[in-house]
Amino acid sequence: MKWLAAFVVVLVVLLSVPVWAPNFWVSVGIQTMIFATFAMSLDLVLGYGGLPTLGHAALYGAGAYAYAFWAVRFEPSLPMLLLTGMAGGAVVALLIGGLALRARGIYFLMLTLSLGQILWALAAQWTEVTGGTDGLNGVARPSIPVLFDVMGSLRAFYVLVVLIAAVGFVVLTVLVRSPFGRTLAGARENERKMSAMGYPVLRYRLAAFVIAGALAGIAGASTAAFNFAATPGLLFWTTSGLVLVSVVLGGTRSLVGPVIGALVIQLLLVALPSITERWQMAIGAVCIAVVLLLPRGLARLPRRLKA
Amino acid sequence: MFLLAAGLSVILGLMDVVNLAHGSLYMLGAYVGLTVLGLTHNFWLALVVAPIVVGLIGLVMELTLLRRFYGKGPLRQVLLTFGLALVFVDLVRWTFGPSIQSIAPPPQLAGATSILGSQASSYRLFVLGVAIVVGAVLLLLWRRTRVGTLVRAGVADKQMVSLLGVDLRLVFTLTFTFGAALAGFSGVIAGPYLSVYPGMDENILILTFVVVVIGGMGSIEGAIAGAVLVGLANSFGTYYRQEFAVAIVFALMAVVLIVRPRGLFGQER
Repeated sequence: MKWLAAFVVVLVVLLSVPVWAPNFWVSVGIQTMIFATFAMSLDLVLGYGGLPTLGHAALYGAGAYAYAFWAVRFEPSLPMLLLTGMAGGAVVALLIGGLALRARGIYFLMLTLSLGQILWALAAQWTEVTGGTDGLNGVARPSIPVLFDVMGSLRAFYVLVVLIAAVGFVVLTVLVRSPFGRTLAGARENERKMSAMGYPVLRYRLAAFVIAGALAGIAGASTAAFNFAATPGLLFWTTSGLVLVSVVLGGTRSLVGPVIGALVIQLLLVALPSITERWQMAIGAVCIAVVLLLPRGLARLPRRLKA
Repeated sequence: MFLLAAGLSVILGLMDVVNLAHGSLYMLGAYVGLTVLGLTHNFWLALVVAPIVVGLIGLVMELTLLRRFYGKGPLRQVLLTFGLALVFVDLVRWTFGPSIQSIAPPPQLAGATSILGSQASSYRLFVLGVAIVVGAVLLLLWRRTRVGTLVRAGVADKQMVSLLGVDLRLVFTLTFTFGAALAGFSGVIAGPYLSVYPGMDENILILTFVVVVIGGMGSIEGAIAGAVLVGLANSFGTYYRQEFAVAIVFALMAVVLIVRPRGLFGQER
């Protein structure tokens, strides 16, 4: 009950942002919510599934390109944004997961990394289809009934991404507490035991990967709509690295963690360039500091301080 | 050149460490080479100094940071080295500026040589020669010397080797330093025909990973085979269908992995 109350309060606060915040911060809010959704989807695979992937950007980018392909040719609409994003992310997740999940640990990591880079290479070089390094431009945002007329494109879009993140949060929360989630966590802790008990571990993992892919794909499609473009940078492995940092910074195996991590990283990305020209270095330093000082993440910090 | 990228990536495969900063070491090598060249105008000196400097950087990295994270799962290593890579690339941009530069090949090798009636750049032939020599030396070290045996044993069974009284930490530190030095060496070698710029690290890194994955981790033979395959696929791809060149390289990797999940020369563990 306490958690539900907290969730509702946070949601209300988030939804109130467009009322009082200037455009700039609404934009930052949009990027943060999208990134938070993306980070949550990674946590399902990384935290709950125990599968360290460096190819998560491929799922995100696939969603972005899927929506972009649709939006530059046909009428963009909200259901199509969700549908294309989901489909794009899930299909790529099925392909990458199907190939990479047979490997373990470091091999899995390198496989996801390399397979993800295939997509990046295609996006960057197959110019006739993907627009090459410029990406696909002129991607329209879907119009959102009622809200659009009341507060205009930007603010309506903010409300949309907040709702997407909230729904994603709820779905994942239910999922990780379900028998499915327990099995996934069981396989993380002791794969042999779970297999011996008759659980098809590989299939569970693939399912988790595809679900994460669908959510990451929606996040990607939202990004494409927000930026009016899908670019190869979305697929590049450094994007995977950044989202990985957010998840670990916030704390794995708690869905609140990735959201906090995404918030911190996005704020850093906004704030640092205005403070110092060397913001990339600062982000790098944050990564190193996280690994050395906060291996359990920010979300568990209060509990650790109490103990 | 791919041979060099491979030689260095193996060192990491050996140690079960995911080093996303490896490309950065290569980049640092190129920039150290560039600096030495700017000061002395001596390519050969740059070729000697860069590996030493980069090797030292690698040594410090291993001793202060990476050492703590062996055997604790790849995630920490990934984050740590990702952070390091970001720091390195920004440091380079800060110190040397963002522009694209290139290393002039040594005057002895600036021209072209004709072999069998066709012209080839002398420098490229030189690189090919160096690659073969380095590959051969690595293979010899790996197969025939005590150090090679130790490292191979360390890869195969860490606990057993430590129980036998071998200081594996020292072996790993040295291996990492050596790998870093090799990366620095490659950076200088590649300088004259691949341009030198901040960001060169990210591009080479992925190709290096592909080479390791194809060849199989923890095997020099695999790295050499992987490098040749990747090099060929890349060249043919570039020649026939420019837009698919990189994708072909990755497709090659996918095929190899479906047939042999551990890579061509990888050992079942």
